[in-house]
Amino acid sequence: MAELIIFSLLNGLVYGLLLFMLASGLTLIFSMMGVLNFAHASIYMLGAYIAYTISQYVGFWPGLIIAPIVVGLFGALVERYGLRHVHKYGHVAELIFTFGLAFLIEEFVQLIWGKQTVAYAQPELLDFSLFEMYGSTFPAYRGFMLLVSVAIFVGLLVVLTRSRVGLIINAAITHPNMVAMLGHNVPLVFMGVFGVGSALAGLAGVIAGPVLGTAPGMAVVLGPIVFVVIVVGGLGSLVGAFVASILIGMLQTFAVAVDYSFLQFFGHLGLDMDPDGALSDLYTVTIAQLGPIMPYMLLVLILIFRPTGLFGTREV
Amino acid sequence: MIRRTLGLGVAAATFASVASFSAQAETVKIAFIDPLSGGFAATGQNGLKQYKFMADKLNADGGTQFEVIGFDNKISPKESLIQLKRVIADGIQYVAQGNSSGVANALTDAIKKHNKRNPDKRVLFLNYSAVDPKLTNEKCNFWHFRFDANADMKMNALTDVIAEDKGMKKIYLLGQNYSFGKAVAAAAVRFLGEKRPDLKIVGNELHPIGKVKDFTPYVAKIKASGAQALITGNWGGDMLNLANAINSSGLKLPTYTYYAAADGITKAIGKGGVGSVRLVGQGQTNPPGTDEWDATLKAFKAKYPDGDFTQTRIATVMRMLKRSMKEAGSTKPIKVAAAMEGMEHTTLWGDVVKMRSSDHQLQMPVRIFAHSDKGIQHDLDNSGFGLVNESTVTMQEASTPTTCKMKRPS
Repeated sequence: MAELIIFSLLNGLVYGLLLFMLASGLTLIFSMMGVLNFAHASIYMLGAYIAYTISQYVGFWPGLIIAPIVVGLFGALVERYGLRHVHKYGHVAELIFTFGLAFLIEEFVQLIWGKQTVAYAQPELLDFSLFEMYGSTFPAYRGFMLLVSVAIFVGLLVVLTRSRVGLIINAAITHPNMVAMLGHNVPLVFMGVFGVGSALAGLAGVIAGPVLGTAPGMAVVLGPIVFVVIVVGGLGSLVGAFVASILIGMLQTFAVAVDYSFLQFFGHLGLDMDPDGALSDLYTVTIAQLGPIMPYMLLVLILIFRPTGLFGTREV
Repeated sequence: MIRRTLGLGVAAATFASVASFSAQAETVKIAFIDPLSGGFAATGQNGLKQYKFMADKLNADGGTQFEVIGFDNKISPKESLIQLKRVIADGIQYVAQGNSSGVANALTDAIKKHNKRNPDKRVLFLNYSAVDPKLTNEKCNFWHFRFDANADMKMNALTDVIAEDKGMKKIYLLGQNYSFGKAVAAAAVRFLGEKRPDLKIVGNELHPIGKVKDFTPYVAKIKASGAQALITGNWGGDMLNLANAINSSGLKLPTYTYYAAADGITKAIGKGGVGSVRLVGQGQTNPPGTDEWDATLKAFKAKYPDGDFTQTRIATVMRMLKRSMKEAGSTKPIKVAAAMEGMEHTTLWGDVVKMRSSDHQLQMPVRIFAHSDKGIQHDLDNSGFGLVNESTVTMQEASTPTTCKMKRPS
């Protein structure tokens, strides 16, 4: 039992922190521009594919640096020459713009790299086990993922709360006109935030690609979960995104480990249900099978009971 | 044919010879409805290559010509039915499908209905890999032929091997949550219960098909259950990701599988699976059995260096189809189906197989293969690893009864 808990904790942490890298960029962009970027997960996918291509020529490590920069520049260009023009037509137009962009990126990826999963491999340098416990090993690459995500979180937190740049960003979020009056170039700040947010998503793609598989469907798998994360955490709250990411990572990982079903629940209540009865499909479902929908159940509950999210200040 | 028309004058004779010529060189189109995009695309794309390769090989011998056309169903039964409509509209009368019993269940119903309503445009369903036992039991119909051993036959063979291992006390079942995964789990519970009532099934779990990218939590759970072996029906991306997770956890767990080979899976299992990963299947490749099969496998590798002839039954589908058309003297599905029923056939690797009339389930020897790097003449994924014959269950032993009450069209 103890080994299951320890490994579930570690796996949940790795997955949760990966979610955070995506959610952090998304929540920053939202709090600044008030627009939900539907193409965010697609940018994550783009990061993985670009890193894959780079790894074919010069190995994994240069890709780790170059791919997020390329994707970040792409994000900045999207903001400068796309979103900024659409902005004057209101939030709905912006929303639809990013929605369309997501489809464009997916088709683009399929055109260039094909519809199949590409063989993006983790670096051989990290192809060993970090430690062994109860006969199971913890791969070094997962340790590396943990390290990168934690570094990003700490870095972001320091920049946003301790630096001048963070000061201006925070001010621009709440009082953009005032910041502009004071002589700061607010559109440039927006472009920068969009670029950095995209680069973070790209970085998440680079390190997740070898573990979760690099395929055209990878954006669709993670996209909805990331929205859940930022809504649960509170729109625009970095700490909220962090807590919600870990929460959802743990929720999904631990759910797999639990084989408890309604059938057993009723059994404990002294009710004998027929395991082959008409509704058996419903009450023989185990928590493990419910795992994938749990984040969405959480989303619904949060929206009902705490519309601002766990750490947010404004309603969704 | 010419001889028969000789008395009817030169004009008629000329006409008849033209007609008979065109009948001989007739091109039969086969619609390959399987996933060509998404997480299972690797399996589908490789299957399509094998069909095209076999069509080319048979076309070179003359006679009926085959053309295989791919239709992407994205592994969804709904998409498959849309594609089936296209296929029918294009006048194609042969459908090959294998990946996912969920799709096969939808297709067999739709084809049965279509054939009833459109007797002049009937379609024959060549199921080369969807192994839900239902398809040749409760849901059997005259237009469906299965060339792969069904999940029961395979589990029967697998559990024979497991039952012999007296040290085996605890087993874990993990599968995909749809008709096939459920069929595998049910068969495992049933056969293990009959053969080894003392053996404990410590886990019987289904995961969402194609949705799990990281199986590490499942592997941690299997490990914690104290299981001595794992049985899984996973295929495609689900098997690849599972193999990756088992490998990276360093777990040395005997794993009994249905489809843990090729399309990147053999490469992912690699050294970690030698001595622990076993697969139940039918067509052997190491050793290849016959020289012709050896040459065929080499020719495939020469044509598709990145592919592998993994679904050996595809060779049997195409060869039996061609033979049925020849024996029926027609390419009409109803006549071809009648010729195929009860047909005895020698496969390229030398097995004698038989298409059972009562349910259209091909009866065949079932083999257990071991993942290995020793004694490999034909490796998979260009990895040096491949599948070696370990034991063979004869056609008679592998056979399982059917409840099918076949209704034949009049």
